[in-house]
Amino acid sequence: MKGFCLEVSGPFACFTRPEMKVERVSYDVITPSAARAIFDAILWKPAIRWVITRIEVLAPIQWISVRRNEVAKTAIPRSTGIFIEDDRQQRAALLLRDVRYRLHGRFEVLPADRRPKACNPVPDSLIEPEEQKAEPDLPSLPLAQVEAKYAAMFERRARLGKHFHQPYLGCREFAADVRLVDASTRQPPPVDDSRELGWMLYDLDFSDPADPRPMFYRPSMKSGVIEVPHPESPEIRR
Amino acid sequence: MSDPIKERYDFVLVFDVQDGNPNGDPDAGNLPRLDPETGRGLVTDVCLKRKVRNFVQLVKEGKTPFAIYVKEKAVLGKAHVEAFKALNIVTGQASKKPIPANLVESLDGIDWPEGLSVVEGDDGTDLVVEADADKKLVKEWLKEVDCPKPLKELIKKALDEAKPRKPTAAETERGRTKMCQDFYDIRTFGAVMSLKSAPNCGQVRGPVQMTFARSVDPVIVQEHSITRMAVATEAEAEKQSGDNRTMGRKNTIPYGLYVAHGFVSPHLAAQTGFSQDDLKLLWEALLNMFEHDRSAARGLMATRKLVIFKHDTALGDAPAHRLFERVKIEKKVAERPARSFDDYRILIDGQESPSSQIRLDLSAKMPA
Repeated sequence: MKGFCLEVSGPFACFTRPEMKVERVSYDVITPSAARAIFDAILWKPAIRWVITRIEVLAPIQWISVRRNEVAKTAIPRSTGIFIEDDRQQRAALLLRDVRYRLHGRFEVLPADRRPKACNPVPDSLIEPEEQKAEPDLPSLPLAQVEAKYAAMFERRARLGKHFHQPYLGCREFAADVRLVDASTRQPPPVDDSRELGWMLYDLDFSDPADPRPMFYRPSMKSGVIEVPHPESPEIRR
Repeated sequence: MSDPIKERYDFVLVFDVQDGNPNGDPDAGNLPRLDPETGRGLVTDVCLKRKVRNFVQLVKEGKTPFAIYVKEKAVLGKAHVEAFKALNIVTGQASKKPIPANLVESLDGIDWPEGLSVVEGDDGTDLVVEADADKKLVKEWLKEVDCPKPLKELIKKALDEAKPRKPTAAETERGRTKMCQDFYDIRTFGAVMSLKSAPNCGQVRGPVQMTFARSVDPVIVQEHSITRMAVATEAEAEKQSGDNRTMGRKNTIPYGLYVAHGFVSPHLAAQTGFSQDDLKLLWEALLNMFEHDRSAARGLMATRKLVIFKHDTALGDAPAHRLFERVKIEKKVAERPARSFDDYRILIDGQESPSSQIRLDLSAKMPA
């Protein structure tokens, strides 16, 4: 199937390195998992899986450090709340600033037996009439037809700026501006920057929902372009 | 309760500060936050969310369904809303131990950790250890606490007998729903919830997402030295031979106009039950939160403009950044530093918006 390309940008971003989660330190560039989440924010269905194929870095890599007061606890139903003064932690975060990427991705339609169950189905009142008509009547349809319908749905949403929730760059406070890039028009070249990025988080494997396993890969940026291998390829370590 | 919202909203919040510190940076000795490369001021998302929480707590007095989960130290009775009890979900077996009469006196003044409590019954006093009390935490607490040995033994015994049980998926779901129903901030901003079930017990993503606020122009930080005509300790007084003065510092921004962006997703609202009434309260909080956040450090802060773009559909009618571009803020006289809100002009779709008009509701349909 043909892929899609989104140009995303924002004043801040934080793609947290898993080994530095307390005082967050971002990776140099967006991870495939964060890129996938941007596509997911626009359209996701249990029948599809987004695969990122290529990441183009359009802005030089710059940093900023921000220290914030955070809470050290999670919410439990038995208590009436958390007193912030009792559980305050000051944590610094090393964020990326003024990022801009072109993300290339495509989705794969999963056969009926590999589809996860949707935990929170969208209430009917929120489904747009155009999409109600297009909603594939799933298991019975040939995959190609399902694919065509979802591709049309994604394209319509991305072009009109529609989304399920506001896409973000790693953390929800860093909202992303998202634009669908037309494949036929010429785009400005990525930054002239080549470097080895070392081991990076690729994505999480949710095949066992109770125990998501991280996957890593070793990308190298060549003149601002990172080719992202397919999740089933041998370059991905689990 | 009204229904969950059905449309997407994107909003622009414009607020200003005069001779104050809108948000101190703990990394820089509480100076106002700055973006060091551009000189523009920053206010973090969490700072703004805290103000929304405080406002809601103030006007709704912490009553359900508008209770606030992450509170500042307000004077609140620690009335335990036992959500699970209300739902009649028993997570495992709480253990109850009668406390011998000779030990009852030593209970006074003990600050019990979460999960332990003392219940006065008809036939004496009981120590109750909840099934899901954090055993590690209680053991740590036991090491520190000052109480007679037999009582310690009793607590240890009770702790061993408390049998936690993992809630089922359905119970977890009910607990989550209950939390969303009771607490405004969980319904609005979401929360990381621990329901002591599977390790990945999930989070509630709230429908409201806010970004860092940035000042329109670079701000300058002024440092003021101030004196206090008193000292804290005798030793200091002696050192100064009775002069008794302390010097302090205060950092302010003479004037800064800040802009933050926010988003409300109806799909996530459907998951937490964030309703029309909640949304109304959110707008109210954004308009009035600085009115109830006065302090020596803040100076004069006020919401100057809240531009709300309402979409006709749940998925929205336009990209958020295109909507935000419809709000333009410019300085009236470029070469003079701004010192009041009147030095700025806010243009909306090319039209100057009167500064008296604080809230604007616009359609997210892009003007042709």
